[in-house]
Amino acid sequence: MAADGGDGMTREVAVLGAGMHPWGKWGRGFVEYGLAAARAALVDAGLDWREVGSIVGADTVRGGYPGYVAGATFAKALGWQGARVTSVYAACASGAQAIDTARVQILSGLTDVVLVVGADAAPKGFFRPAGGDRPDDPDWLRFRALGATNPTYFGLYARRRMALHGDSTEDFAQVKVKNAALGALNPYARYRKRVSAEEVAASAVVADPLRLLDICATSDGGAALVLSSMEFARGRGVAEPVRIRAVSTVTPRYPNTVLDLPDIATDSAVAVEPASETFRVSVARSAYEEAGIGPGDLSLAEVYDLSTALELQWYEDLGLCGEGEGVKLLREGATTLGGRIPVNSSGGLASFGEAVPAQAIAQVCELTWQLRGAAGDRQVEGARVGITANQGLFGHGSAVVAVR
Amino acid sequence: MPRTPTPVVAGWFTGDGNDFRLLGTRCRACSSVFFPREDTHCRNPGCLGGHLEEVPLSRRGRVWSYTDARYRPPSPYVTDPELPWEPYALIAVELEAERMVVLGQAVPGVTVADLAVGMEVEVVPGVLHEDAETIWTTWQWRPTGVTA
Repeated sequence: MAADGGDGMTREVAVLGAGMHPWGKWGRGFVEYGLAAARAALVDAGLDWREVGSIVGADTVRGGYPGYVAGATFAKALGWQGARVTSVYAACASGAQAIDTARVQILSGLTDVVLVVGADAAPKGFFRPAGGDRPDDPDWLRFRALGATNPTYFGLYARRRMALHGDSTEDFAQVKVKNAALGALNPYARYRKRVSAEEVAASAVVADPLRLLDICATSDGGAALVLSSMEFARGRGVAEPVRIRAVSTVTPRYPNTVLDLPDIATDSAVAVEPASETFRVSVARSAYEEAGIGPGDLSLAEVYDLSTALELQWYEDLGLCGEGEGVKLLREGATTLGGRIPVNSSGGLASFGEAVPAQAIAQVCELTWQLRGAAGDRQVEGARVGITANQGLFGHGSAVVAVR
Repeated sequence: MPRTPTPVVAGWFTGDGNDFRLLGTRCRACSSVFFPREDTHCRNPGCLGGHLEEVPLSRRGRVWSYTDARYRPPSPYVTDPELPWEPYALIAVELEAERMVVLGQAVPGVTVADLAVGMEVEVVPGVLHEDAETIWTTWQWRPTGVTA
């Protein structure tokens, strides 16, 4: 797809390499996963690490200081070579912020090649806040005062959809059935077994109406990308690289009227009329605007299916269908392989589980392989344009548009 | 020695029985309402008002959505690991006057089977947990059709 209008070409960066460490519960440190992903991305790019001008790490907050300074940690593990270093944190959107930081460095001419890395070693069970008494931290407060875990919010959203749009738990289960079938085809996925609707229905309720198999697990994993200027890519003989055309990292607008993690209440709309679109819709819209495309141009989408019901919400927020029509789109088969707009061809979080700082990077790895036509058994035929979408706690939008 | 009732978070609610209310703050300049309370700054991007005054929130609202906790939440939620886990419901409640949604636990005994989106609920005082010295108090939502 040609870049359109103005200085469109110069605002793109090339994806020279993509690499991942398989997701799982491996019981090792996050540095090992990140290092494996970084080395795989460098091999894929055909580059020596010493040629990289900058490294950006997505922070691993459960990893102590080495995790807070992830960029330096990975740089040290790869071997100090004097690269510019950055570490970023934006909860689940950390990976997109890392990609955007790399992009800005390349587009501003600070450097030609940037390595982006994120990796996590996740604990078993519910995510929990950092230790200590912190009554000024909404994330601490929601656990202390309400016992509101992440699945609490997923349950609230799912029940709201059932009341508003008539979705059923059987509909939600079909999202898992679809994503498990796709994940079974992905060597990097943690769960590689097909799942039936009956198995979803037989799993334990975690947060009514959602069951264990409706909710994504927490995983270990690592993902990395090598990004470069278009000139650098051409100089390396890569005439038609996958290009990142837009990265949306927007905040909500006041008043935010959808109850977001980790908040105990929404903003009040008593003084200011809310925007006509929700936060998640605005995340996608700003990505579309920046890329100069619309939902009709998409070949595929990777969305953050923290729960089965949330995947349906993303269909609507990305404009793949009208509001309340997510189930219809799913039931038509439009969002599976061979459908009009395959969603989560990777298998999604349903098949991966969440490795927080790596996940938004992993979404772009999947787009890269799909757009290269290198996704094997899960290849989306003729993929030209893809979008990723995700939302990080505390008001972090995240969407990446990649084209070829 | 009698145990002291102490709010799980200071300044978020006040009163007993029918006088129990959640406490927010309101900007004197633009009248935006905040819960949890903002005491130092108004978060309306078009307002530079710095004076926020305490206001009680509406006692009643309608269920925006609801769910429950079938598994024991992690710390800092306090539970007795010796006791079997008793699930509780959580309700997100839309307050019409404030045009906002406030999350809270349902009163003990109310399950998801008793709830529906749009149902009227009211805020009541509740006990979060108790230890040797303190009864930790909180707010809870109760369907108005239910009497304690």
